[in-house]
Amino acid sequence: MSEPMAEAWRELPNYLANHVLISATALALGLICSLPLAVACVHNARLRFAVLAFAGLVQTIPGLALLALFYPLLLGLSGLTQSAFGASVPALGFLPSVLALTLYSMLPILRTAITGLTGIDPRVSEAADGVGMTPRQRLFQVEVPLAAPVAMAGVRTAAVWTIGAATLATSVGQTSLGNYIFSGLQTENWVSVLFGCAAATVLALAADQLLGLVETGVARRDRRRLAVGCAGLVIGTAVSLLPLIGAARPAYVVGAKNFGEQFILAELMSSRIEALGYGVRRRESLGSAVAFRALAGGDIDAYVDYSGTLWTNVLGRSDTPPRAHMLAELTRALREKFGVEVLGSLGFENAYVFAMDGTRASSEGIVTISDLAAKAPGLTLGSDLEFLSRPEWAALKGAYGLAFSAEKSYSPTFMYRALQTKEVDVISAFSSDGRIVAENLAVLSDPKGAAPSYDAVILLAPRRATDEVLKRALGPLVGAIAVEQMRAANLMVDRDAAKSTPKEAAAYLASTLTAGR
Amino acid sequence: MKAPAVDDVSLDVPKGTFIALAGTSGSGKTTVMKTINRLIDPDRGRVLIDGTDVASSDPPGLRRQIGYVFQGGGLFPHMSAGENIGVTPRLLGWPPGDIAARTADLLDLVELPRAFATRFPAELSGGQQSRVAVARALAAKPRIVLMDEPFGALDPVTRDTLASRYRALHDALELTTIMVTHDMQEAILIADRIAVMKAGRLIADTTPRGLLGPQDDADVAALIAVPLRHAERVREIAGTANGGPVS
Repeated sequence: MSEPMAEAWRELPNYLANHVLISATALALGLICSLPLAVACVHNARLRFAVLAFAGLVQTIPGLALLALFYPLLLGLSGLTQSAFGASVPALGFLPSVLALTLYSMLPILRTAITGLTGIDPRVSEAADGVGMTPRQRLFQVEVPLAAPVAMAGVRTAAVWTIGAATLATSVGQTSLGNYIFSGLQTENWVSVLFGCAAATVLALAADQLLGLVETGVARRDRRRLAVGCAGLVIGTAVSLLPLIGAARPAYVVGAKNFGEQFILAELMSSRIEALGYGVRRRESLGSAVAFRALAGGDIDAYVDYSGTLWTNVLGRSDTPPRAHMLAELTRALREKFGVEVLGSLGFENAYVFAMDGTRASSEGIVTISDLAAKAPGLTLGSDLEFLSRPEWAALKGAYGLAFSAEKSYSPTFMYRALQTKEVDVISAFSSDGRIVAENLAVLSDPKGAAPSYDAVILLAPRRATDEVLKRALGPLVGAIAVEQMRAANLMVDRDAAKSTPKEAAAYLASTLTAGR
Repeated sequence: MKAPAVDDVSLDVPKGTFIALAGTSGSGKTTVMKTINRLIDPDRGRVLIDGTDVASSDPPGLRRQIGYVFQGGGLFPHMSAGENIGVTPRLLGWPPGDIAARTADLLDLVELPRAFATRFPAELSGGQQSRVAVARALAAKPRIVLMDEPFGALDPVTRDTLASRYRALHDALELTTIMVTHDMQEAILIADRIAVMKAGRLIADTTPRGLLGPQDDADVAALIAVPLRHAERVREIAGTANGGPVS
């Protein structure tokens, strides 16, 4: 079995358990909320309209956005409960995932339950009154059993939707089968993506078939079908949740944003913490803004961010001080404002740089951006889609008087291809990108220090600011990773052929560290 | 204000009577019957059973003491015939053994095989459903039975058989029965007494024989004219078939 495949199988118990946990919880909550609501709606047309309109509205919000919306909401709530009761609500992971999925599951259940209840022959309801049932007896002995087969169809739909949408929970830091998909997409590990899709599909189909047995069991009053369906659901859920019970409670949570370098660094940090005998859980594929807030809120204990990003996005600064000064000021400000500890810089930057063909650069004598500026009027710039609208570009243009003959934007893969085919002469690259080595590119230096620096720094959560274990595990990484090492590791994950997993790349990176010291 | 469904109707039904409430659709006959077990509460007026105003008893409790045969049977489609029959005794909290015994007795009474207890309404013919509906109405041993066009949807033969069977049960169990029907012929053949309604008012209240005599009210005369004319024609045709006029 190939390594990516083997790793995918190894992760399955944990991912599946978490996926089942959030899906089943959300579906159960969805049922608990929807069924009484449906009953209340039957004799109240106005309420019915409002409830269905709301549920329909929720359904139109893309799943990813719905999950993302719960994060700031819970963060605000967390602040409130913190000040009111001294205890905070976790804003990341399980809670936002379950809340969003619960809302998501409600529309099909509500719709079919209401249809089922309103579709009952009024003469049958009157007969229930006539034989002497109380309204409650009528509901539970006649109306609910008659509406149940119709409502079960909605429950099946809700189950399939919920299991599918639960893959998105990865983006708010909840482990799920979506971990395969999100990390696979970022590192272009298609085995992982397909594995994740297949696992979610199989799970959804299995749940649908079992619920189908329950549905026909109810409709045909077939006790055997009903029993087999229910038993299958209960046993399936219980078995898939087993790994969660057996798992040691992780002592530390390591975060990662949503690209390859972050996955590698998270694996590297995790393995070093685990080497000291502590459990580690990873929360991967976090949005850039979510990651820092998650750390400040204590939902994750450590992750790697970049000084320039923190400088502008977290501190809201627009100036570009020299590298050392920025790092010192950042360390001070983050500690003061958020209690977040900057453990130190790993030793490399992941900044926007200008890169061009190495042979050509040396033959034309272009080493710095100043050299480039002199030749710029005869050159074409290729950039990624956002570079030209970023402050870095404005700063560089102003400082060096850069005026290219043309500027073209590409998606990253095509930008590198355009450089190979000489469609463009110079590109905006990320300094730690593995392709810089692979394609023998020269990175031009910035003698005026015009572009902000993007030092990779390890951040620790406020309550872990003085944590001895993290200091021992992660401290040695400070200043230990040169940009060449990071590029080589990134290349292992990003290259098209003979792709490695982030874990393998992290192991390789670790081996170069030991060799280097 | 809308015209009332029932206007100034006064009926006194002695114990043991079989009374038919007759009249065209929308005459208010079903409404009158539903006030008896409080499926409908009148805006004004009272319904007394043994001198007690039904408004003073809670509706579910009242309904459990009064049998009800619904139009078209009104059986619960998700319950077997046996469960349908046993529903009111179950609501009254009878022991399961008693309910089972009672269900078996009632199937005998309405002349259905006992094995039918496990069948669902959808598996029964219209006539069989009506028998189950009658059995269900009688299950909790009521003294009063209300029937809303109980045999209306059945073929004439089944209808006649069932009506006669029910009449026999009415006499044997000493019931008081109030049956709504728009079929004058059925009313004349089965009931002790017939109350005719029109536009919410009572326009006749007499015995079948009384109804067949001369009528002051034109509407009553029109209603009774139909079955009389039918009977006349049937007799004529029968006479022709036998080789000539009888008289």
